[in-house]
Amino acid sequence: MAAKKNTYSKETYIKWYEEMLLMRRFEEKAAQLYGQQKIRGFCHLYIGQEAVVAGTMSALKKEDRIITAYRDHAHALACGISADAVMAELYGKATGCSKGKGGSMHMFSKEHHFFGGHGIVGGQIPLGAGIAFADKYRGDKQVTVCYMGDGAVRQGALHETFNMAMLWKLPVIFVCENNGYAMGTSVERTTNVLDIYKLGLAYDMPSKAVDGMQPQTVHESIAEAADRARNNEGPTFLEIRTYRYRGHSMSDPAKYRTKEEVEEYKSKDPIEIIKAIILKERYSTEAELDAIEANIESTVNKSVEFAENSPWPEASDIYADVYVENDYPYITE
Amino acid sequence: MRTIQFREALREALNEEMRKDERVFLIGEEVAEYNGAYKVSQGMLEEFGEKRVIDTPIAELGFAGIAVGAAMNGLRPVCEFMTFNFSLVAIDQVINAAAKMLSMSGGQFGCPMVFRGPTGSAGQLGAQHSQNFENWYANTPGLKVVVPSNPYDAKGLLKAAIRDENPVIFMESEQMYGDKGEVPEEEYIIPLGVADIKRVGHSVTIVSFGKIMKVALTAADELAKEGIEAEVIDLRTVRPIDYNTIIESVKKTNRLVVVEEAWPLASISSEIAYMVQKNAFDYLDAPVKRVTCLDVPLGYAPVFVETYLPSVKKVIDAVNSVMYKNK
Repeated sequence: MAAKKNTYSKETYIKWYEEMLLMRRFEEKAAQLYGQQKIRGFCHLYIGQEAVVAGTMSALKKEDRIITAYRDHAHALACGISADAVMAELYGKATGCSKGKGGSMHMFSKEHHFFGGHGIVGGQIPLGAGIAFADKYRGDKQVTVCYMGDGAVRQGALHETFNMAMLWKLPVIFVCENNGYAMGTSVERTTNVLDIYKLGLAYDMPSKAVDGMQPQTVHESIAEAADRARNNEGPTFLEIRTYRYRGHSMSDPAKYRTKEEVEEYKSKDPIEIIKAIILKERYSTEAELDAIEANIESTVNKSVEFAENSPWPEASDIYADVYVENDYPYITE
Repeated sequence: MRTIQFREALREALNEEMRKDERVFLIGEEVAEYNGAYKVSQGMLEEFGEKRVIDTPIAELGFAGIAVGAAMNGLRPVCEFMTFNFSLVAIDQVINAAAKMLSMSGGQFGCPMVFRGPTGSAGQLGAQHSQNFENWYANTPGLKVVVPSNPYDAKGLLKAAIRDENPVIFMESEQMYGDKGEVPEEEYIIPLGVADIKRVGHSVTIVSFGKIMKVALTAADELAKEGIEAEVIDLRTVRPIDYNTIIESVKKTNRLVVVEEAWPLASISSEIAYMVQKNAFDYLDAPVKRVTCLDVPLGYAPVFVETYLPSVKKVIDAVNSVMYKNK
């Protein structure tokens, strides 16, 4: 049954607050560690977009499947992967959730039904449909949420996948996290169709725009879409409008937008909004929220400690898991 | 033993594996109602139904990716490309997704699946329908690449490919589907990565694979009339390559010609030449020679096709050259 507006429990608000704050503090720490060159490679932060993942996860069941692109730290955490395992992966340690093979862009956890962070823009869209295809094929009731950015919707993969997902009524929810910019190029500069959700309408897919700055609206639309998917009514396309406070990646000073624009979104900060509701409704006291925050900071700090103290993979592990069998005859000279 | 067509051998492999394993399904353009563009899947829709024999729109990138996602989530797809020329619009999903999913996820998400369809030229089809990408796929760690040359091998290798836990590229030929050969009715598996000596000889080693094996074998028969006994090795799998069989043969014959339907640069033949000079340098009595396609797109006119492809005459000339018998 679809969740109704303003009917969320105290526990849900507190869970959202905790989850979003963990994402925020984790990413802030990641940024700091990137500056210290503890984390290398490409690193895309989720700061500002937390309500999208928080509102999605609260509307899903534990065994539902998640797949996303490379801005994936928060998705991994929200799926239940420990901060330790995500941080260790950012470090490239053997204890990381992808054993140091993935790094920032390629978090995975089979145990948590997290089908990964993927590095080719839009490449995860057909994969998400395929994951849902397998569940439908088996007659299972899981739903797949397939995230993408606003840049990915311009890829042909989206259109091919939307067509087949509708044709075969696959139990998948396509979520476009529209943060307004494909790297440095604004939505306005890439299309005449500014309402991204309208792309779904070309395939008769139920599609709509959703306010992504608060988890309530996200939860509501995801719950509705998940019901549809579980009832064999096929996919949904949600354009969830959000904002990233930071640049596209750590190397992006984000000069393509104004300070005023960033400040305007920061004034709608999802964590602050939920915190205000919690205090107004007296779900928690300031002191209790402070305790939650202290707890999260400790979780994040411990994850750094864990990553620091974890071993690197063995160099010989480079040959592990390329093929399922361990006697594949690699060319070695 | 009974004789059946190459396409029937493939169909038997698919049918047997689909009867045995509910997770195996066939997806691609025209595979179901049309019974396959080349009739490989004739009758399969009737037996397995539309749940397991699935027609797609013309959207290779999309349906290849859907197949990869399904493999990540526990199924074992057989994804048919009407030809491998069209696999190029899907290649992101093959190379960036299927080939590296297991590694990238630290061993958590494998892609046990087969991408199959015809490769290479098939008459006057013009430049976009006459290409070989065996070496492209073989270059990529995480994939296996199988290129059978006859119906017997096709059945045993396809069954092995479907049962393999890794993504396998399985490349057939429009010009082989009608070829007939002896194929046992009972089940058998041919392991991937093992070459087959199709003709034993001592004068020279000829290495080839896929459709163009026919040219190599015909050339060997012609050469036998001149007293030259060629040993002809069918690679069957070009990733991994069974180097040992090649090296052992070259140590015996001291001469090597590689015959390949592909452009020459960074091809399977260049790879083999490297490995042979490295591992059997002192055994070689002549430089390794190869017969490949010409280094150009294939034009339409029949004269172009004839000029472009490896031929019996070109192979005989190459063998005579490594035997220092050119007049």
